[in-house]
Amino acid sequence: MTTANTDVVDVREDSRKAGRYVYVTAIVLLCAWVIVPLYFLLINTLSSPEAVNAYPKSFFPEFDLGSLTFFANFAGILTALKNSILVAAMTMVMSIAIGAPAGYALSRFEFRGKELFRLLILLTRAFPLPLLALPLAVLFIRTGIDDTVFGLALVHTTLAIPFAVLITFSLFSGIPLELEEAAWTLGCTRFTAFTKVILPLVLPGITASAIFAFVISWNEVFAAAVLTIENRTLTAFLLQNLDTSPLHLKFAGGFILVVPALIFIFAVRKYLFAMWGIANR
Amino acid sequence: MAVIEIKNVAKTFGSYQALHDINLTIADQEFMVLLGASGCGKSTLLRIICGLETASEGEVWIGGRRVDHLPPKDRGISMVFQNYAVFPHLTVFENIGFGLRMQKMPDDDVKRRVERTAGLMHIDQLLSRYSGELSGGQRQRVAVARALAMEPDVILMDEPLSNLDALLRMEMRAELKGVLAESNTTAIYVTHDQVEAMSMADRISVMHEGKIVQAASPIEVYRNPAAEFVAGFIGNPPMNFLDATPQGGGKYTVAGHSFDGPSAANSNLQFAIRPEDMKLSDDGLQAVAKVVEPLGAHLLVTCELDGKLFRAILDSEMQVKPGDVLKLAPMPDRIRWFDPATTLAVA
Ligand SMILES: Nc1ncnc2c1ncn2[C@@H]1O[C@H](COP(=O)(O)OP(=O)(O)O)[C@@H](O)[C@H]1O
Ligand SMILES: [Mg+2]
Repeated sequence: MTTANTDVVDVREDSRKAGRYVYVTAIVLLCAWVIVPLYFLLINTLSSPEAVNAYPKSFFPEFDLGSLTFFANFAGILTALKNSILVAAMTMVMSIAIGAPAGYALSRFEFRGKELFRLLILLTRAFPLPLLALPLAVLFIRTGIDDTVFGLALVHTTLAIPFAVLITFSLFSGIPLELEEAAWTLGCTRFTAFTKVILPLVLPGITASAIFAFVISWNEVFAAAVLTIENRTLTAFLLQNLDTSPLHLKFAGGFILVVPALIFIFAVRKYLFAMWGIANR
Repeated sequence: MAVIEIKNVAKTFGSYQALHDINLTIADQEFMVLLGASGCGKSTLLRIICGLETASEGEVWIGGRRVDHLPPKDRGISMVFQNYAVFPHLTVFENIGFGLRMQKMPDDDVKRRVERTAGLMHIDQLLSRYSGELSGGQRQRVAVARALAMEPDVILMDEPLSNLDALLRMEMRAELKGVLAESNTTAIYVTHDQVEAMSMADRISVMHEGKIVQAASPIEVYRNPAAEFVAGFIGNPPMNFLDATPQGGGKYTVAGHSFDGPSAANSNLQFAIRPEDMKLSDDGLQAVAKVVEPLGAHLLVTCELDGKLFRAILDSEMQVKPGDVLKLAPMPDRIRWFDPATTLAVA
């Protein structure tokens, strides 16, 4: 009787240990999956061009700015970087300017077809960009906004808007209607209640969704490559020069692309968790 | 300081009629309580007066001015919400001064007004805190102070104490009554708690299924319920009902005994009596005790009488056991009669 009991306990203990082992391994693997390439990117960016092209590779960076200097001096890179920032900034402003009011309307008003509207917003993400690229290019050429920063920002805005709407929708929904109603009874119009009460409360979240829009645009390569020729963004520029550019340029470029995205996403992770419905601490 | 007149107000949500033809006049500086079970339309009526909801029909007048087309801010009202609705991004000071700032009142005046109102509500120590740093009771005080600081003609309150625990609620009840009496405002106070209603109101409007069944002073509502619903709703426990059959000549038979009743009616009626309005007497109605609950101040006995549940409140010194036969004599001047056809009181 007693032995049987201890056996059961042992088995349970064993399976718990095994479960824990699998769990830890999975986490380590997942982290490695993300971190190892980033680490190699870092090493190669912070090493001299010679070291990057040499073999065997070092596991530690030299902290040599040679590759980055080469990158900065490479013809067209700085213009591409500037374009990237411009397009992303425009995308950020436009997607919030359009997305936030839509999110507010979705959370505060009842109207016919509301559910369908929410579904449609998501469906825009199901439409593959390559399919749109050709007609878009034709349309852009006809209207004369092909190969412009603004034209590309328009496309990126359409990519970012669904997220902007859904994030702001959940932000506004999280603010009790009573707060707004209290403001109305205290002398506010709908508009001043929004600016004095709702806006201060959602501003951090709006900032997060703006940054997310920025990152979407910053990382986007397909539309950028198809719709621009002279005014390339950094992603499109690097893609274009993929065959011809030296290895250290690719590493430095990759690094410059990844780092802002990483920093921004890290800064707003709380809101992205909230958006995907994952409870954060 | 304003009279409120509600004229023929009705409200439908889709196909659901939440309010039916409400007519009510609330006197200047009166403390009116809207009392009713959850879902009877109290909040809807209050929100129509406030301007947060539009009536489907009817008119709302405040201080001799028709207001039903005006936004809340132009009605001379303030509102206290059930969930406090204290702005989380502002300090207590800025919360109380919020409405004054919207009126562009000079800083000095805002400061004076906020400090005075905060003093009234005993929160002058909390002015620099945020709502996250306050207890429920303190938040409620901020919400009331914010409404009072506006010095409105009318203050509207929707179950302002229902989120507080029992002891705090009792304390706030008395305090709120005192503060409001001093402020000279007309008040409408929504609650489902009859003790709150009885203790605070100048007048109670009892609501049931979107209608006002009775609007009268607390004691009148208690002593002379206008309808069976009120009699069965007010009082803890509420009135007892027994079937009465007419003998003619204003006499009725109730559980085998003869009582003097309304002479005009000559049909089956409901005989009603409050549990505490009974004496033990040999010629009383025979009741069999079922459950005996000693409540300290008195003894609550649930009996069976004429095949119905019947409650009596007796002296706590009485020795009663389940199964005992009690002889309960209703006090004649406390007996009330209701017509089952209309459910209204008959005299
Ligand atoms: N916005 C609304 N849409 C649909 N029905 C509503 C709405 N507001 C209230 N109701 C309904 O009207 C009735 C009365 O509600 P309410 O006035 O909130 O009751 P109370 O405050 O007395 O509990 C309820 O049955 C409620 O479901
Ligand atoms: Mg209510």
